[in-house]
Amino acid sequence: MKVRILVSLKPSVLDPQGQTVRNALHTLGYKAVRDVRQGKVFEIELENIDRTEAEKIIPEIADKVLANPIIEKFTWEIIEA
Amino acid sequence: MKFGVVVFPGSNCDYDTFHVLQNVMGQETVFLWHKDHDLQQVDCVVLPGGFSYGDYLRSGAIARFSPIMAEVKKFAEAGGLVLGICNGFQILLEAGLLPGAMLRNKNLKFLCQHVYIRVENQKTAFTNAARKGQVLRIPIAHFDGNYYAEPELLAELEKNKQIVFRYCDEKGRVTEEANVNGSVNNIAGIINRQGNVLGMMPHPERASEKILGSDDGRIIFQSMINYLEKKAGSGQKKAIKSTRPKVSPLPPLIGTF
Repeated sequence: MKVRILVSLKPSVLDPQGQTVRNALHTLGYKAVRDVRQGKVFEIELENIDRTEAEKIIPEIADKVLANPIIEKFTWEIIEA
Repeated sequence: MKFGVVVFPGSNCDYDTFHVLQNVMGQETVFLWHKDHDLQQVDCVVLPGGFSYGDYLRSGAIARFSPIMAEVKKFAEAGGLVLGICNGFQILLEAGLLPGAMLRNKNLKFLCQHVYIRVENQKTAFTNAARKGQVLRIPIAHFDGNYYAEPELLAELEKNKQIVFRYCDEKGRVTEEANVNGSVNNIAGIINRQGNVLGMMPHPERASEKILGSDDGRIIFQSMINYLEKKAGSGQKKAIKSTRPKVSPLPPLIGTF
């Protein structure tokens, strides 16, 4: 089973890296880019686990380790059963 | 008193911290390997600076799960004295022993320079040898030192006087210019509600011998010794004594990964 988790900074937190990317895109002429937020992608391969158990442990893993809940939020999805 | 310096894979300020505690401050000091569960009956645990686990994932995010942190947590909850310097501060934040979080420096630069910090609370176990408002010149070396706390937490920290150091200029003025990494309210160091756990981004162990440019950092170590000796009932508050540092050979690099 393959799971993808996206971690990004909460909207209330300053993201200078995202801003730097946005500025670079503007320099390249992509004026339509209004804002950029940079985050992280985790792809986790699970084995010997059913869907219900996976749906229980993935948010736990994300909340405990992959993201710092004070400054980051996350979303996740099973991409391959 | 007995001090323990925790060593994680990637810690690189452990030897400097050990040297200052043992040779400059004259205290019995031991290394505490991250995989151990034995704090060796130290009176104080120091989490040194460095790049534990290469700052992978987030600074301190993996070190906080090291076996020894379970003991450090119990020690802190029981009132034991814990100092986190730089990466040590980041580990304490990730472990939840201090509130808030660290972000990348606002200007996206690794900052390696002397800064001035002002003592905001001189009534702590880490600052009792300092005066309120005293300005200390101490170096920083970090990429992720931008301290963040949500507005409610920030208000609480201010109200409870948990902010111990703020970035300032040489005259002690807390200005935006002095805030080199963008930390909220110029916060350079905080203490927990109990008052026994402190985290600071600047490196006092790099400012404990005049030959390195400043020995203002000794005030922090002296305060800790004062506090511990008072707690043990074995001494009065001492002023900083100027000792000629004796250099004893350091133990060999320990542990396997």
